[in-house]
Amino acid sequence: MYRYDEFDATLVKERVDQFRNQVERRLSGALTEEQFKPLRLMNGLYLQLHAYMLRVAIPYGSLSSKQMRKLAHIARNYDKGYGHFTTRQNLQFNWPALVDVPDILDELAEVEMHAIQTSGNCIRNVTSDQYGGAAADEVADPRPYGEMIRQWSTFHPEFSFLPRKFKIAITASDNDRAAVRVHDIGLRLHKNDVGKVGFEVIVGGGLGRTPYVGHTIRSFLPEENLLSYLEAVLRVYNLSGRRDNKYKARIKILLNAEGPEEFARLVEAEWAQIKDNGIDLLRAEISRIQNYFAPPPFEKLAVESVEMNEQRAVDGDFDRWLRVNTVAHKISGYAIVNVSLKAIGGIPGDITDAQMEAVADIAERYSHDEIRATHEQNLVLPHVKKGDLYIVYKRLKAACLDTANIGLVSDIIACPGLDYCALANTRSIPIAQRISERFANLGLQEELGELKIKISGCINACGHHHVGHIGILGVDKKGEEFYQVTLGGSGGADASIGEIAGRGLSSNEVVDAVEKLVAFYRHAKIPNERFLDTYRRIGAEPFKEALYAAA
Amino acid sequence: MPLLKLNDDRLLPAFDEPLQEVSLDDWRANPQAHASATALVVSNDASLDDIEKDIDGFASIILNFPSFTDGRAYSQARLLRERIGYTGEIRARGDVLTDQIFFMSRCGIDAFEMDDILVMQDALRVFSFAYQVAADAVDPVWQRRGQCAAAA
Ligand code: SF4
Repeated sequence: MYRYDEFDATLVKERVDQFRNQVERRLSGALTEEQFKPLRLMNGLYLQLHAYMLRVAIPYGSLSSKQMRKLAHIARNYDKGYGHFTTRQNLQFNWPALVDVPDILDELAEVEMHAIQTSGNCIRNVTSDQYGGAAADEVADPRPYGEMIRQWSTFHPEFSFLPRKFKIAITASDNDRAAVRVHDIGLRLHKNDVGKVGFEVIVGGGLGRTPYVGHTIRSFLPEENLLSYLEAVLRVYNLSGRRDNKYKARIKILLNAEGPEEFARLVEAEWAQIKDNGIDLLRAEISRIQNYFAPPPFEKLAVESVEMNEQRAVDGDFDRWLRVNTVAHKISGYAIVNVSLKAIGGIPGDITDAQMEAVADIAERYSHDEIRATHEQNLVLPHVKKGDLYIVYKRLKAACLDTANIGLVSDIIACPGLDYCALANTRSIPIAQRISERFANLGLQEELGELKIKISGCINACGHHHVGHIGILGVDKKGEEFYQVTLGGSGGADASIGEIAGRGLSSNEVVDAVEKLVAFYRHAKIPNERFLDTYRRIGAEPFKEALYAAA
Repeated sequence: MPLLKLNDDRLLPAFDEPLQEVSLDDWRANPQAHASATALVVSNDASLDDIEKDIDGFASIILNFPSFTDGRAYSQARLLRERIGYTGEIRARGDVLTDQIFFMSRCGIDAFEMDDILVMQDALRVFSFAYQVAADAVDPVWQRRGQCAAAA
């Protein structure tokens, strides 16, 4: 993992000192809430429905056990004993007191963490493929590039007051695990014909009010030119992005107004002028950063663990968990473990302080001290020996973290919605809980296969409903909470925006609606076909009919 | 409007020298009529593509920040310094706040029209280091790391 040196540590410390001074000025009344607002927003501090919310950055989703223990400590001592992992690999504390926030930031700085650029119209915390350094299918480790972007974008003097927030995501394989086609900039690592590592650069994807799948503006960007190219994209956007209407201010609107070819031409023209200006890191610095992410000392192991195979033969639940929650590792004898934060009937992404401690302990002992957060609001233990999987499973089970539902119908993404968010039309969390309870049977879930349900409490789409196989959007109809269902979205390599199925449904109807859709899918599918593929094969109409047919 | 100028890394109140201002559009429409102008006012949606031939002889270029959240002029300032090579004064006008001086000075702005000129000198030095190159002379952190390694 990356380790701060004196430069990184000093900058984070100076930021906390600056903010401590600003909070003191606010508490003494020297600053009004209006004057304080832009300052707190630069430090990830929002004012929600009931309280302040602090969003802590987890750059490229990578955490050590020590960092996780610190988050547990903060949850216990400054909050109500839990935290919430978001779709941007951040962690939110929902109940901090303003007066405590500088102390919380100091505590975070002790373990090389911060809340910098987790809000505001700046380049936000970069997100990444969560299996970096572990996945069997990765082209190169995405984390060093995430760290380079973290440093380059931190307190960027030119890009701290953009037209709107700006989100960058990196994926390291053709199996897009970072939803790169629905980000302001998506970067897909791949190799060119001569085996050189670089990026496909995808710009202008995004959800919200006007969802778009991004366009590839460059099919191969050499890795050493990453920062100068990003700077060119950001400069074009900063100068030309709309500022008259916040709903038209994202880069996707600019790209579509110019047209993807013209936009690409503008970026290339700008880049041609700055690529030799010393923006890009020297090879020595790229290597220095890459060295931090050198593989841990893996053991030489047989591909299969005899022990594990015996254990799975006698423990059916363990067997299912292995099938559903573990993924192939690039090193023989190891596996990647997904830890579901979607307990049946639970709140998606929520985790208690005790659970954080449990994950930290398990990671320290069995996963080379590494933990990842995913954009689907789960956690990952990236490097577990197959022979240790049973004990890891049992320890997760003891902490109620063993739900075998990764990628299945109850692995729901839900935004905070009306339970916390001041912008919400409707609640999201209770809908997720009720759908999860309706499909509680894990055997049935596995049989249904991959099925992504995503719920947003308003058009801002923080729950990514547009890219849910089944998306649910909360709308306000004359003061009543209604839900609109969308079908056929995907945030993966085959990205698509879901289509609206029909009239809005009440909160009671919407859970039944999901059940009807699933029942119809089971009837219509051909063997081994995912929900999304059935939908794409037979089209929207039969699904709509099934959904709205009179009971 | 009170004025602060950046001088040898210090922010100092400056006497308001009377500038004769002309907007870029007016200047382009009729340079003869504005022969005595000393400051060129550039709106933040103006393209700087062909501005080289216009800036000659102006002591100051004034950039606009209609609201502190409108950051277009940060890019304009860098283009003036780094691409066009303008060495005269670049002045920030509009919603110019203490908390932005650090960013503005890194982009090459060296004069600030501000309501409140009792700005603390530390506004310039909130951060001791910078991660990226910009229009100032600051070596980015990654270059300094290289130097430390070379010295070691
Ligand atoms: S989608 Fe709407 S309700 Fe949900 S968190 Fe975002 S802004 Fe709030």
